[in-house]
Amino acid sequence: MLGLSKKDTRFLLIVIALTLLTPILLQPFPEGSGLAQFNAGYPDLMQRFAIFGIFAIGFNILFGLTGYLSFGHAAFLGVGSYSVVWMYKLLSYNILPGLILAVIVSGIFALAIGYISLRRTGIYFSILTLAFAQMSFNLAYSVLTPLTNGETGLQVYTDDPQILAGENSPTSPHLFGIVMRDNFWQPSVGGWEFTFNYGYYFCAIVAILAFYLSLRIFRSPFGMMLRAIKTNQTRLNYTGLHSRPYTLAAFVISGMYAGLAGGLLAAMDPLAGAERMQWTASGEVVLMTILGGAGTLMGPVLGAGFIKYFENIFSKINDSVLHGWFGWMPDGMEDAIISVSHFFVGKSWHLTLGLLFMLVVIFLPGGLVEGGQRIARMFRRKKTSDSDAEHHPKPAPHVGE
Amino acid sequence: MGILEVKGVNKRFGGLQALGDVNLSVAEQSVHAIIGPNGAGKSTLLNCLVGKLIPDTGSVMFDGQSVLGRKPHEINQMGISRVFQTPEIFADLSVLENVLIPCFARRDGAFRMHAFETVANEGEINDQAEQMLADVNMLEKRNMLAASLSRGDKRRLEMAMCLVQQPKLLLLDEPTAGMARADTNNTIDLLKQIHADRDITMCIIEHDMHVVFSLAQRITVLAQGTPLVEDTPENIKGHPKVREAYLGEAH
Amino acid sequence: MDAIILQVLNGLDKGSAYALIALGLTLIFGTLGVVNFAHGALFMLGAFCAVTLQRLFTLSYTVIDETQTDFLGNPKKVQIPYVESWFGEDFGHWLIDWSVPLAVLFAIPVMILLGFILERGLIKHFYKRPHADQILVTFGLAIVLQELIKYFFGANPIPTPAPEVFQGSFDFGVLIGFPPNAIIYPYWRMIYFVFSLLIIAMVFGFLQFTTFGMVVRAGMADRETVGLLGINIDRKFTIMFGIAAAVAGVAGVMYTPINSPNYHMGMDFLVLSFVVVVVGGMGSLPGAVLAGFLLGILEAFASMNWIKDIIPGIDQIIIYLIAIVILLTRPRGLMGRKGVMEE
Repeated sequence: MLGLSKKDTRFLLIVIALTLLTPILLQPFPEGSGLAQFNAGYPDLMQRFAIFGIFAIGFNILFGLTGYLSFGHAAFLGVGSYSVVWMYKLLSYNILPGLILAVIVSGIFALAIGYISLRRTGIYFSILTLAFAQMSFNLAYSVLTPLTNGETGLQVYTDDPQILAGENSPTSPHLFGIVMRDNFWQPSVGGWEFTFNYGYYFCAIVAILAFYLSLRIFRSPFGMMLRAIKTNQTRLNYTGLHSRPYTLAAFVISGMYAGLAGGLLAAMDPLAGAERMQWTASGEVVLMTILGGAGTLMGPVLGAGFIKYFENIFSKINDSVLHGWFGWMPDGMEDAIISVSHFFVGKSWHLTLGLLFMLVVIFLPGGLVEGGQRIARMFRRKKTSDSDAEHHPKPAPHVGE
Repeated sequence: MGILEVKGVNKRFGGLQALGDVNLSVAEQSVHAIIGPNGAGKSTLLNCLVGKLIPDTGSVMFDGQSVLGRKPHEINQMGISRVFQTPEIFADLSVLENVLIPCFARRDGAFRMHAFETVANEGEINDQAEQMLADVNMLEKRNMLAASLSRGDKRRLEMAMCLVQQPKLLLLDEPTAGMARADTNNTIDLLKQIHADRDITMCIIEHDMHVVFSLAQRITVLAQGTPLVEDTPENIKGHPKVREAYLGEAH
Repeated sequence: MDAIILQVLNGLDKGSAYALIALGLTLIFGTLGVVNFAHGALFMLGAFCAVTLQRLFTLSYTVIDETQTDFLGNPKKVQIPYVESWFGEDFGHWLIDWSVPLAVLFAIPVMILLGFILERGLIKHFYKRPHADQILVTFGLAIVLQELIKYFFGANPIPTPAPEVFQGSFDFGVLIGFPPNAIIYPYWRMIYFVFSLLIIAMVFGFLQFTTFGMVVRAGMADRETVGLLGINIDRKFTIMFGIAAAVAGVAGVMYTPINSPNYHMGMDFLVLSFVVVVVGGMGSLPGAVLAGFLLGILEAFASMNWIKDIIPGIDQIIIYLIAIVILLTRPRGLMGRKGVMEE
C-alpha cells in the first residue's frame, strides 16, 4: 500500500493508530488521583509532541542518514514561525498560507546555508551551521527588529491589515473556520477525562504525513545514498556519485521540516520570538534525535516525546507533590528523600535531562530504540537455543525498526 | 592508440619530484602492470588518473577524452573504476546494498533525486546486483553487514562493486597488499577469471612480482618518478635496469 | 588614533577570556583528541570558585549592638564576618576585599582535581568514540554542571567586586603621550589582560621547556609513536586535562569583576570559544591565542558607532562572519596543521 512493503505498511498503520489515539493513551490515570499529574493528554503538550516530532524527524533525515551534525537547525524553526505570523498580519488568521510560506522560506534559507556549510565536513560543518544560526538569532534581536519585533516577539496587532479577514473571521489561528484552540469533544468516562482538540489533530495529521514521507525517503535509493555518505564518502565518489547534491538535498529537506514545525508552533500559538532560534534550541533537537536513536525511523519521535514529556511533567513536580508521595515515611527519611529529589524535579529538571542524556550516550549510543531492541533480543534469545545462533552470520539490522 | 594515454606528466610536492615526464599507454583489453620500488611514484600516478591529484604538466587521455580537472565521480562516470589498497566499502550497509549503489550510479548518473522510489521495487537493478554477487560467490552473504565480512570477502565485494558498473578500465592499487599467500592466489584467480569473462582493461599497481608475472601482459617499471622500461613480462625478467632499480646492483 | 587604541583596549579583556578558554579547548583537543563542550562550564565553575570564596569569607554571625539603634528604635543588629573576629578587623576586611584574586589560589587545586575526576571518570572512555559522541556527552555534562550551580547559587548574577584599590579607571592615554582623558581604561581590565598573558606564557613555557611538556607536544603530533616509546602518555594527558581545566577556571575567577557570574555564562562563552578555536586552527595553540585576541578586538571595533551606522548589526555577527569566511577560504584556520579533523 502507498508504495510500501507489507511490513512498513503495518508499521505505518501502527504509528497512525497511536497518533490518533494519543488523547486517550496519554490519559491513563483518573482525574483526582495522585498520579493524575503524570497525564499528558492535554492539547498544549500533545501539540508539542507532534510538532517537535516533525522537527526531529526532519533533523534525522540529515543527521541520522548522512551523519552531518548541524548545530543550527533552530534558525529554520524560527524562520517558519516568523513566516506564519507575518501571514496572519498581512492576510488573516488562516494558517494554511502561512504554513506554505514557512516551508518555502525555510527551504530557501536551508539552500543558502547548506550550499555554503556543506563545503566542509565534520566539526567544521557543525561550527558553520552554528555560526549561521547564531547570526540569524543575533540579527533577529537587533537590526531585523522591523521584521521580527525584537525582544517582544512578533504578534498580531489590531491595526494590522489582515486583508483577507472577513467580518466574522475567527480572531485566533484557524483552518477555514476551524479554530485550532477549540476542543471538539471532551468526554468524561468514569473518573477519566479526555480532550479532543482541533489543533492537536491538525498537527497529528501533518506529523503522520511527515512520517510517511520520511519512511519513503528511508526506503528509497536516495535514502540509501545518504546512508552511504555516512559510512564512506570516498567510495561513493569513486562510484561515480556526487555527494554534495545529495547532502544538500537532505539539508534542504530537513530545513523544510524544521520550518514546518516552526510554522505549526505559531499556528497553535500566534507568537514568534527570536529565542526559538537560539543555539540551545538547536541543541535540543540534537538531543531528541540522539536520545531516541539517530538513523532510526521512530527514534526521533520517541526522543521528542520523551524530552517534551519530562520538560512538562518533571518541572511541575513541586514540594507539595513530593510531600504527598512520601508522606507515609518517617519524618527524617521523608525530608531526606525530598531534599535529594529537589535536585531532579521542579526547576532543576534540566539536571535530570543532562544526566539522562549522558547515560544514554555512554551506555546506549543507539538511543531508546536500541534499548528496546536489546530488551526484545533478550527475550528472543531465551526462546531459541544459544548454540546454533552463534553459527549464523550476523544479519544487517533492518533500518527503522 | 591505447584506451589510456598518459603523456609527459610531471608532479611536484614542494621540492620532491614525484613524477617526472611519465609516458604510458595502456592497450584496450590488456592487463597492464605498473611496478616499482617503494616511493617510485606509483600511487601518485594512480591518483593523477582518478582525479584525486592534478598533474603540474602533461596530459591524461582516457578513451579520447582528457580526464584532467575532472572530479573523481566524473572520471568514474567516464568508465574508470578503482580498487583501493585497503578495501573501501560501505561498512554500515548490507552486502547487497553495497552492490546496489553502483548499479544506481550507472543507471542514474552522478545525482538523481529519487526520493520517492523504493529500492526493493527496482526489480531490474536488484537482479543485476544479485547476479553480480552470484558471480563472485557471495550471494548467500547478501544480507550481512559489510563490516562483518572477512578481509578477503571485503576485497571480493569491492571488486563486485567496481565490476557491476561494467567499467572500461579497472584500476587496482596493490590488490594483494597484506594478504596471506593463499588469499593472494585466490585474488589472482579471481582477477584472471574476471579478465577472461569480461574483457576489461586492467591496470594493476603492485610490487609483488608473483602477482604481476601471473597476470600482466605488459609491464611498466617506474623508478624515482620516471618510467625505466615498458615491455612484456618475459623481457622484464632479468632486465638489467630493473634489477638495478630493485636491488641497487652496480653494473 | 586614540579611538583606535581605545577599541583595541576594549577588545583585550574579552579577547583574553576567549584566548584562555580556546587555549584550554585546544590543549584538550590536541592531546586527548576530545571535543570538549563542557569547557565553558569549567570557566563558569572557576567564576563560582570566586563566588564561593567570597561567601566563605563573608560568613557572619549576628551581634546586637546596644550603642546603635535602627530607625524603629530597636537595638541594631550587626553582621560580623567570622574572618574579622578571628584574624582581626583589618586583616579580615582585607581578605574579603581581596577575595577575587585570592580565589585564584583556591580555584587552581579545585579545578585540577575536578579535571582529574572528569578525565578519569568520563572523558577517558570517549577517546575512541566518534567526535559526535564526545560533543554530546560533554554537552550533557555541561548541562549538569550548569544546573548544579543554578541549584546552589540561584539564577541571578552575583556581584563579585574587585579589590577596592583596583576599582575605577585610570588615564591610560597620558602614559603613552595623549592628552588627559583621551583614553580612560578600568584598572581591572588591564589586570585581567596582564594576568591572561602571564597564564598563556606559563602554559607555553611549561610545554616548551619541561620534559613533561616535550612529551605532551610529541604526543600532540603523533600519539601512537610516543606510546610505542614506552611512555605512559595516558597519565600525562590526564594531567593536561587538569591543567586545561585550571586555565579555564582561573580565567573564570578573574573575569568575575568584569561581568557578574551567572550559571549560563559558560555556555555563552563556549560557542564563541569554539568559533575561536576553529578560526585559529584546530589543534594549534598559538592559533587559539591569536584568534582569541583578534576576534575580541574586532568585536570591539565592530561595536563602534560609526561602523554600526554603515553596516547595522555588524557588532552582533562579526565573529560568526569572520569564522565563516575563514572556514571557507582557509579550512585549516589561521595556523592549523594539515589533516586535523578533515576526514
